[in-house]
Amino acid sequence: MHEFAIASSVLDAVRTEAQLRPGMRVSKIGVRIGDLAGLDPDALSFCFEALTKETDLESVALEIERKPRRQRCSRCANEFVVVNYETSCPECGEILTIFLGGDELELAYLELEDV
Amino acid sequence: MTQIPLERKVLNENDRIAGELRTRFAHHGILCLNLVSSPGAGKTSLLERTLGAFARTQRVAVLTGDIQTDNDAVRLARFGFPVRQITTGGTCHLDARMIEKAIADWNLSDLDVLLIENVGNLVCPSSYDLGEAAKIVVLSVTEGEDKPLKYPAMFFRSELLILNKIDLLPYVPFSIVTARENAQKVHPGMEIIEVSCSTGEGLPKWQAWLENKIASSAKTMAAT
Repeated sequence: MHEFAIASSVLDAVRTEAQLRPGMRVSKIGVRIGDLAGLDPDALSFCFEALTKETDLESVALEIERKPRRQRCSRCANEFVVVNYETSCPECGEILTIFLGGDELELAYLELEDV
Repeated sequence: MTQIPLERKVLNENDRIAGELRTRFAHHGILCLNLVSSPGAGKTSLLERTLGAFARTQRVAVLTGDIQTDNDAVRLARFGFPVRQITTGGTCHLDARMIEKAIADWNLSDLDVLLIENVGNLVCPSSYDLGEAAKIVVLSVTEGEDKPLKYPAMFFRSELLILNKIDLLPYVPFSIVTARENAQKVHPGMEIIEVSCSTGEGLPKWQAWLENKIASSAKTMAAT
């Protein structure tokens, strides 16, 4: 349960960005979470709400985009999404495939409104 | 309404500090390893065995993290190497800043190996880079063989899996074959070493892995 720490880091970033843009109000923040990030999106939303409640950021919405694990086949170069931990190539059956993504824990975007 | 792309890591402050630590470790030719596992899998026992096998002249230090108590530091200090307890006071993982603070008054040129024992937890420590050369995950046979599937982030990010307590295999319904398959599913090519910290079985393989790592980090320093 480190979603509180992660939610705090997200809010730190929101505050930093907001300070750089006087006259604007943050309305939404987009976060990208990979299946391999070891983070529960529901728990993150819960912590985000708890931390923003009755603060200046209470009205900020959190949008979470999930990213599945993606691999590339070392033999036929097929790129595919991993389902059920199956990392072998679904096209040619090759076992050796290369990790492409799916461990993201990123701030994707901010939405701002004029105050 | 304006949308601005940020495209950066949530933990970029932690990653920045971890990056600085990694540079310092490389500069001093220090091999830093981050040991992770669920509580009770045997990280401290593995460290006891590891420290016990080192010559007293080896330049090794240990940082051990727990939410409360300095029990692990007391257990590990009797081997004569510098040990420092990091008590997180509630936090379920170590982060890079805790490491930076813990080693602030250490002279890194006196060290070749830094072993970090993380807080017992298979989830949260996987998100925090501590500047280590590798994470090592310990899984004991008294846990389920599906742990790699349940906690994929940790097994994906660890270079080596230590399967501990193999002396208990006759008494528990644990399939080493299935555990190995599950680890390979999450992390194709993952290295796996089976050990018992009670009987000592398999430990020479772990020590050989470690010696190999120590030698290559010293070589990297010589090359820079």
